[in-house]
Amino acid sequence: MLPIIFVLPMIQLIILANAATFEVKNIKFSYIDNDKTSFSRALVDKFEASTYFDVLHSFPSAKMAKSAMLDGKVDVIIEIPSHFERNLLKDKKTNLSVTINAIDGAAAGVENVYINQIVQQFNQNAKVALMQTGDAMAKPQNIITIPSFWYNETLNYKTFMVPGILVLLVTMITLFLSGMNIVREKEIGTLEQINVTPIKKYQFIIGKLFPFLVLGLVLLTVGLIIAKLLFQVPMVGSILLMYGYTIIYILVILGIGLFISNFTDTQQQAMFIAWFFMVIFILMSGLFTPVESMPKWAQILTEFNPIKYFVQVMRMVMLKGADLQDIYPQVIKTLLYALIMNGLAVWSYKKVS
Amino acid sequence: MTNENAITVKNLTKTFGDFTAVDAISFEVGKGEVFGFLGANGAGKTTAMKMLIGISKPTKGEANVAGFDVRTQAEDIKKSIGYMSQRFSLYNDLTIKENIVFFGGIYGLKKSVIKAKSKNLIDELGLHDEADKLVGSLPLGWKQKVSFSVALLHDPKIIFLDEPTGGVDPITRRQFWEMIYREANNGKTIFVTTHYMDEAEYCDRVSIMVAGKIEALDTPKNLKEKYKVDSMNKVFLKLARNIE
Repeated sequence: MLPIIFVLPMIQLIILANAATFEVKNIKFSYIDNDKTSFSRALVDKFEASTYFDVLHSFPSAKMAKSAMLDGKVDVIIEIPSHFERNLLKDKKTNLSVTINAIDGAAAGVENVYINQIVQQFNQNAKVALMQTGDAMAKPQNIITIPSFWYNETLNYKTFMVPGILVLLVTMITLFLSGMNIVREKEIGTLEQINVTPIKKYQFIIGKLFPFLVLGLVLLTVGLIIAKLLFQVPMVGSILLMYGYTIIYILVILGIGLFISNFTDTQQQAMFIAWFFMVIFILMSGLFTPVESMPKWAQILTEFNPIKYFVQVMRMVMLKGADLQDIYPQVIKTLLYALIMNGLAVWSYKKVS
Repeated sequence: MTNENAITVKNLTKTFGDFTAVDAISFEVGKGEVFGFLGANGAGKTTAMKMLIGISKPTKGEANVAGFDVRTQAEDIKKSIGYMSQRFSLYNDLTIKENIVFFGGIYGLKKSVIKAKSKNLIDELGLHDEADKLVGSLPLGWKQKVSFSVALLHDPKIIFLDEPTGGVDPITRRQFWEMIYREANNGKTIFVTTHYMDEAEYCDRVSIMVAGKIEALDTPKNLKEKYKVDSMNKVFLKLARNIE
C-alpha cells in the first residue's frame, strides 16, 4: 500500500504538470488579404513566423473562410481590409477583422491575446516604416484592437500549475485514506474491539489523525523536491511557513475524511461521498477556472473550499514569497475549519450504538 | 446491587424498530462463575452481550456489570472487562507483539508491564517463533488463543467471550477451555456464548435464550433433570423446538 500511496501521485504530478497547461499551440490560422500590399504581406509573415500559428490558408472571400471554420479546418480568420496600407500610412489607423472559433472559450481567449500581441508588434514596425518615410513628427496611432484577456507572456505555466497540482494530490490521498479508514475498521470488526476499550473519543481521533498527517507531509516533501528538481519551480517563500500551513490544512482534510468515515457503513459509501466533495473542491478551487468568473452563489460556496485556500497559500508563499502576515486570513479560516471538522469527527465517532 | 454478583440484569430489552432482539431478560452472574449464555443463531445473544459490554444502549431495563451501570458508566465497565468478539478482531496487519503493545497501550498499561505481559503470554501460548509474524498469517485456532490472551492483558474482572471456539478444531477447543478454566480459578468471571453443547456442560450455570427471551437458567445437571434428558444437546433441542 505504501508504494502505491507515494508512487502514483508522483507519476500524476509529473504527467499533469506537463499536460495540464493553458498554452495554446498549433493554432490553425487563415487570412483574407483584400489589400495585397507589402504591408499586408508583412503582417501575414509575422503570423507565419510565430511558433503558435500554423498559417494554413489564404481565402479569396470571407464566405469561404467561414465555411472552412464551420468544418473545423481553421481556428482563426483575419480579414485585412482593402486600403490597409493606405489607411495606415495616411490616417495612422485602420481596422482589422478577427474571427476566432470560440467553442473552447479559454483557448479562444488565449488566441485573441496572441493575435493582439502580433498585431501590436507589427504596429511597432509600421511606426518604423512611417518614420523612414520622412514624416518624423508624425506619431502613428495604434491599430485598434480590443484586448479581452490579460496575459502575462513570460508566465511559465508549470510554475503556476505544479504547486496547484501538488495541493490536489496531497488532498486526495489524505482525504481518501482517512475517509476509508474508520469505516474499514467497522467492516473488519476491529472497531468493535476498540469500542470495548476505555479509550477516549478524542484520543481515538488523534490516533487516526497522526499517521495520515505524517504521510501527507512526506508526500508534500517528495512533491516539492520533484517540483524543484524537475520543474525548477522557484521557492521564494519560507519553507517553514509552507509546512506550518500544510499541517493545519491536512488536519482540515483529515477531519472531513474521518467525519465521512464515521457516518458511513461501507467503504463504497465513504468513497462516493469523498469523491463528491473532492470533485467539487477541485473544480471550485480556482485552480482550473478563476473563482472571480463564477456566479455569485458559487463564489460564496468557494469560501468553504479548503483547497482554494491551500492553492492560494502555496502560490503566494512559493512563488511570491508571502509571509505570515500576507496569508493571515487564510491561516485563520483554515484553523477555524480544522477545529470545526475535527470537533465533528470526535462528535460523530460513537462508541455506543 | 449486591457485591456478590459480577453481573446483574433486570428486564433488559433492545428493540430495532419493530423487532425486539432482546425481550426483557433478567439474570445474575456470580463472581468467579463460568456462565454459559446459549441460544440459537439470531436468538439475541450477541445483542444482549453488546449491551453488557457498553457498546449498545439498552432500550429498556437495567444492567449492572462489575458494579457499574451500563447506561451511565459504560466507560468504567470497559476498564473492568475483557471482550473477545465472534469475529476475529485483532489487527491482522500487525504482529502478535505489536497487537499486544497496541492494546496494552490503549488500556494504559506501563511499558514495563506490557513487556512482561507479552513475554508471559508468548511463553504460555508457546508462540516464540510466531511472535513477530503478522497475526493475519496465523491459523484460526492460534488467532483465537492470542485474541483471548489479549483480552486478558489489563487483568479484567469479567471476561466476555462471544463464540470463542467457532470454527476451531477439537484439540484447540479443549486447550481453549483449559485457558478459560485457569482464568476462572484465578477468580475471574466468565460470560461465554457457544453453540457447542459439550462446552455448555463445562459451565457452572447456563441460560438458554430463545427468540429474545431466556427460557431456562440453571446448572447443566439440573436442566438435564428437569427436562429428563441425558445431555445438554437434548435440552437445547427440546427448548428451541418447543418455541418453533
